[in-house]
Amino acid sequence: MFDLDRWQEIYTALKSNKLRTFLTAFGVFWGIFMLMVMLGSGKGLENSVFEDMGDFASNSAFIWAQKTSMPYEGYPRGRNYNFTNDDMKALKDNIDEIDLLSPRLQGWAAGDGQNNVTRGLKTGAFNIQGDYPQINLIDPNKMLKGRFVNDKDIEESRKVCVIGPRVLEVLFNKEEEPIGQYIRIKGVYFQVVGVFKPKNKINIGGDKEQTIFLPFTSLQKAYNFGDEVHYFSVTAKENIPVSIVDKKCRDLIRERHHINPADDQAVGGFNLEEEFNKMRGLFKGIAALMWIVGVGTLLAGVIGVSNIMLIIIKERTKEIGIQRALGATPAKIISQIIMESVFLTAFAGYIGMVFGVFLIEAINYLLETSGANTDMFKHPGVDFNIAISALIILVVSGIFAGMIPAQRAISIKPIDALRDE
Amino acid sequence: MIRIENLHKSYTTGVNKLHVIKGIDLRIEAGELVSIMGSSGSGKSTLLNIVGILDNYDQGSYHLDNMLITEMSEKKAALLRNKYIGFVFQSFNLISFKNAMENVALPLYYQNVSRKKRNIAAMEFLDRMGLKDWANHLPNELSGGQKQRIAIARSMITKPKIILADEPTGALDTATSYDVMKLFKEINDLGITVIIVTHEKDISEMTNKIIRLKDGLIESVNGTKILVEDHVNEMSNV
Repeated sequence: MFDLDRWQEIYTALKSNKLRTFLTAFGVFWGIFMLMVMLGSGKGLENSVFEDMGDFASNSAFIWAQKTSMPYEGYPRGRNYNFTNDDMKALKDNIDEIDLLSPRLQGWAAGDGQNNVTRGLKTGAFNIQGDYPQINLIDPNKMLKGRFVNDKDIEESRKVCVIGPRVLEVLFNKEEEPIGQYIRIKGVYFQVVGVFKPKNKINIGGDKEQTIFLPFTSLQKAYNFGDEVHYFSVTAKENIPVSIVDKKCRDLIRERHHINPADDQAVGGFNLEEEFNKMRGLFKGIAALMWIVGVGTLLAGVIGVSNIMLIIIKERTKEIGIQRALGATPAKIISQIIMESVFLTAFAGYIGMVFGVFLIEAINYLLETSGANTDMFKHPGVDFNIAISALIILVVSGIFAGMIPAQRAISIKPIDALRDE
Repeated sequence: MIRIENLHKSYTTGVNKLHVIKGIDLRIEAGELVSIMGSSGSGKSTLLNIVGILDNYDQGSYHLDNMLITEMSEKKAALLRNKYIGFVFQSFNLISFKNAMENVALPLYYQNVSRKKRNIAAMEFLDRMGLKDWANHLPNELSGGQKQRIAIARSMITKPKIILADEPTGALDTATSYDVMKLFKEINDLGITVIIVTHEKDISEMTNKIIRLKDGLIESVNGTKILVEDHVNEMSNV
């Protein structure tokens, strides 16, 4: 490796036609550069999506009641039913795999077209949700001020509320302290006990920025919802796939409401695990595509190296003949040529990698310093592991690129190489 | 040193088969200074290639230092060449990007001698050739005679048993040619067998034994004709 004579030979061979060497090296450079830039950008895209998901419990599922689609036990199809407070107790008691269970009532939505909240002269339309404290563990919010709904609120059906940033903006002046103030929601006064800010961009049941959370029981009682529950959010205990919990909940609901066990339509819902997996699958697919394109480009570069090496061998036929007459073994010649090719690919590739990583980091830096709205692209970057595997690919492809020329070199008989004509 | 019996060699190009060496018997003892002459196409270069283990033969036998040289791997051939034989070529065949010293040291590189040691050895041989001051010059900065002396130094550095020279004076003027021949004589005086292929009469006359080849057979040794019958007799004796 650190044999001066070898490096002298490599240097001479590559120097003899600088433009040719440069163009050959550029092929490899471009291949690895593209690979790095594409993988880095893919990472940026992936980061933006997964950061949007924040620390939303990925092992969570959501179910809600829909019309039945099959007749059962004398009931016709197309029947409406509601989840109830008793369902909540039954789910909790019968399904051990449930970790958190949070029922929700959706009072009114910001999109209903009517202002539903007033405070003095200020008024606005917001999403009014009735929730249990557990929801803040499944879909965590950051508390800017005060607290979230707690167990005491639920127990005593207190008329308190927690408001989102947009609600604060509309109903309060900038310097006003919202905590302790009262707002009127659909004719009923609630005291503000907290201001929150969403930590992710997953919105179930309306934009959280303009949401007001009430204690579940308060909403149910104050507006005559009876024992109705609009949907359940559940999470699975550790190491249990949420799909199992999801299925058990649906089965139990169907049983309790006299619904055909085969009626999949009667219970609507989705589980986030599946969504996460779909996303992961998507990004794996994107990454695979990028690898294929990148490695393909790289391969084109490597074939270029192989080609040029063949020409270099041709030019140096006589020199190789002399070396063999003087006692160079075929192994020595092969290792020399392969080293040349590995050196060329690895060097060009390394430069490409450095440029690629540099570009990605520069983009990252610009995004961060400019504070641009980068919803679609966050923290692009190249993993250390990817860089290492790219380097390994380079060395291996360098070896392959050298193999055919090396074979050619030793297939030339020394006497043919030495012939003077 | 060299014992060749009933050597045959032919080349096949397409459908044509060219019988180049048609049964040569030859003995060269250690320490001889031999020239091989012959017109082009007489098979002298082929013979030299076979003796130099650069080429193999079809029939007969070739013993080098009592060792049968036969089909062998390229690796073994390379090792034998490196150990036993020094080559000198008409066109010098120096490596253009290596300086004089590095060129001389090259065969030792293939013996994995350390750079420092082989450069010391190379300087010693350059000194003997009177080229010590040119050690750091590249081949294209040297005259033909200097280049050939460097090539001779290179052929000697492994202390071979035989030096094979293929038209070593072919590219040199007469005065330089004689200098080079003087050098070969000195080498021969050290006990090294020297075989020179040439077609120049005056060069061959400076050797102790002149072998003439014609049409793939030995025509005469030191002017004594060897008749075809002799070949047949020798063959039947074997």
